[in-house]
Amino acid sequence: MSAASSGFVRGETAQVRPAPVAVTGAVGWLRTRLFNTPGNILLTFICAALAWLVLEPAVRFLFVDAVWEGRDRGACLADVAGHPVGACWPFVTAKLGQFIYGFYPEAQRWRVNVVFLLGALLLVPLLIPRLPGKALNAALFFAAFPVVAFFLLYGGGLQGFAVSWSASALAALAGSLTEAGQRLGGAGEGGLVVAAAAAALGWLGAAVAWLASPLFWLREVIRQSGEPLWLDIAATAAGVSVVALWLGGLRALAKVLASFAGLALAIVVLGLDRGGLPVVSTREWGGLLVTLVVSVTGIVASMPVGMALALGRRSNIPLIRILSVAFIEFWRGVPLITVLFFATYMLPLFLPGNFTMDGLVRVLVGIALFAGAYNAEVIRGGLQAIPRGQGEAAAALGLSYWTTMRLVVMPQALRHVIPGLVNSFIALFKDTTLVLIVSIFDLLGQLRAAFSDPTWATPTTLFTGFAFTGAIYFVFCFGMSRYSLFVERRLNVHRRR
Amino acid sequence: MTGEARKAPFRPLARFKRIGGARASWSGLAAQAVLLAVLAWLAYEMVANVRANLAAQGIASGFGFLSHSAGFAVSQALIPYEQTDSYLRVFAVGLVNTLVVSAIGIVLATILGFAVGLGRLSPNWLLARLAGGYVELIRNLPLLYQILFWYLAVLGALPGPRQSLSPLPGVFLSNRGIVVPEPVPQASFAIVVAALALGIVVALGLGLYARRALFRHGRVVRVWPYALATVIGLPLAMALLFGPPLTFDVPELRGFNFAGGVRLLPEFAALTIALSTYTAAFIAENVRSGVLAVSRGQWEAGESLGLSRGQLLRLIVVPQALRVTLPPLANQYLNLTKNSSLAVAIGYPDLFSVFAGTALSQTGQAIEIIAITMAVYLAISLVTTTIMNVFNWRVARRGQA
Repeated sequence: MSAASSGFVRGETAQVRPAPVAVTGAVGWLRTRLFNTPGNILLTFICAALAWLVLEPAVRFLFVDAVWEGRDRGACLADVAGHPVGACWPFVTAKLGQFIYGFYPEAQRWRVNVVFLLGALLLVPLLIPRLPGKALNAALFFAAFPVVAFFLLYGGGLQGFAVSWSASALAALAGSLTEAGQRLGGAGEGGLVVAAAAAALGWLGAAVAWLASPLFWLREVIRQSGEPLWLDIAATAAGVSVVALWLGGLRALAKVLASFAGLALAIVVLGLDRGGLPVVSTREWGGLLVTLVVSVTGIVASMPVGMALALGRRSNIPLIRILSVAFIEFWRGVPLITVLFFATYMLPLFLPGNFTMDGLVRVLVGIALFAGAYNAEVIRGGLQAIPRGQGEAAAALGLSYWTTMRLVVMPQALRHVIPGLVNSFIALFKDTTLVLIVSIFDLLGQLRAAFSDPTWATPTTLFTGFAFTGAIYFVFCFGMSRYSLFVERRLNVHRRR
Repeated sequence: MTGEARKAPFRPLARFKRIGGARASWSGLAAQAVLLAVLAWLAYEMVANVRANLAAQGIASGFGFLSHSAGFAVSQALIPYEQTDSYLRVFAVGLVNTLVVSAIGIVLATILGFAVGLGRLSPNWLLARLAGGYVELIRNLPLLYQILFWYLAVLGALPGPRQSLSPLPGVFLSNRGIVVPEPVPQASFAIVVAALALGIVVALGLGLYARRALFRHGRVVRVWPYALATVIGLPLAMALLFGPPLTFDVPELRGFNFAGGVRLLPEFAALTIALSTYTAAFIAENVRSGVLAVSRGQWEAGESLGLSRGQLLRLIVVPQALRVTLPPLANQYLNLTKNSSLAVAIGYPDLFSVFAGTALSQTGQAIEIIAITMAVYLAISLVTTTIMNVFNWRVARRGQA
């Protein structure tokens, strides 16, 4: 059977077909992505109309019809300006100080600027992966910067240092133990067990007091001297140096000495030994300052809480595991606003009557615990992603639990979950707005307060204020989310095809 | 030969250790003991401080205040409520309001979220960009900011009742809220509803029949025209026979306010809009990640079968995507419910606002009220999480088979 006789094989060449419709280039792109089917064409037109309806008035409001100069509401009224008025930017200019600093005294605002500058200088190199010295940078940002920022923003000086602090804390502990023992024993009922517990508490209190007695003596000596702060620091430095030399050798000693030198320098620069800067009470703080203080403190303080809870949840000691699970699920199950109310109205009842806590600090405690519970779940995800072999290898090398966690497991786990952590930081940053409900004036709170100023009451003031603060919030959150994407891509380089 | 199973040697200390659960070491047991001691000490300190503080402030603790008369008005009560009712009643009113705003928010957020999430994956470039822009804008602004924006700037900028906008006949938008006609059930209401229910049952039966015909015999039976006719026709016929089931009480402007109709509070409207648009942006991201998790081959297989994009999404992609999307979706619903407590910022009378806000400031019973409020939210969230875990476990198991 020859090929020519078969009906299935054609004898002549097929006709040349026209070239297919172009799918590359600008026209091809339009054809494939916007106008490929009748339904899609309709969709494109609807979307274009929608986009125009949103974007055109927005641009018109923000730029074209906006009023840029003026002293009061008069400039932003349509019959004065002579055209329909959009955004009233003079309102923002007039209130800018309030939006950024709140009611922080004008003469002291340079302190806030210094803190902003210091924070930016320390944070930016920390975020750029290529720059060296990450350990030192992180130590400065997470340990030194908060302390310096506190004394810059709040003001005030130092009376004592670690020796007098620890002496006071131990004295309080001993006192509380003894008092509890006395009260338990004083009740006089409850039989043998209660009496034994009371006696044990009393003994414990006495033992703590006796063990700490050298410290009490040292505190008295330091108090009597002319320079209590410097003597206290010297004593602390000597003690820590001895421990460092004993545990870590010369290297650790050098690090400790350098840290104390830095500390002394900071004290001299800020004048903490001479009473420091004038105190600005937190009630005068406000605006972006409070937003940043709350969010940065929340982020920094929630990390150790989160790590501890994540380890606790995976611990094989039942009590610690159960407590961690209960703690995490509790905080994750309630809205943040109830936590803030708890911190504002309930926490003072739990503290001794003579012990008052600053309103801002109370809120910070609540936010740190709340964010810590969320971080714990993120970090737990990272811990679960670490293969068992890592821990087993470390155990085979003879590392202890804590050394394994510190040197082997945690660094890998945290690297895995940086994007997740950044996402929870974004959520925390957005949640800082809730402090306005417990009468702390953050950026949004200041905005709301500014609306009630009759000098600037115009029909467009509200939209202008929301546009301005919205831009600030958006820049921060969007920046963080882009950074998280950047890190994620960097971490996944090896997985890319 | 098989020897008898040997008994474990009797080692009481080891058994004690096992009960204590310290697989690691004795130091674990010691840690637990120390932890217990510290907790006991903290609890003791707290109780002692609370007693001293309450005594100093002259506040009697306990839940007795719940039966006292509240004496304040609540602007939206869906269950009967008078000013003289007890605090327990206030609690119930607030709880109902929270549940209502959450339920409506969840429905709206789900619809909008799926639309935006699927839109973001559309081959239409403009639609994908618009959906992406929506998600980025909404997700990067604080929720409280958005609630205040809708409440103060948008709804607050509406004209007064006399100049109110009327986008549809009988619907009025003003700064007093949204007024819509109120449906009033008539005598034939029950009959028509029964007819509707019957129609739905018949339609479901037809659908089942068509499905069976398709799966057993490979026949495609077109039943939807009959189903539609039953669902619409049956109640319509009843309404024609027995008279209209509902009449509408159309609102009218009288003096400075509206008479008749149902008024939705502006607070309610602002909260619902803000919660549902905000949560929708997060749901859209969950939907998107779920759809992207469906492997490319599934899409290609559906395309090669000649399914349209709508069929492809409905029959192949979304059911598989749901398995990935459902757990975070439940989380978003939970977040929405918890976030509804932000109502306190604009004065919508939800559980938190009337109970932990007004009732707390009137009675001063901080511990009891905040504990009850936290317990309610905690219970809602734990119940939802448990249901989701069970559901998730079943879906995961079915997925593996």
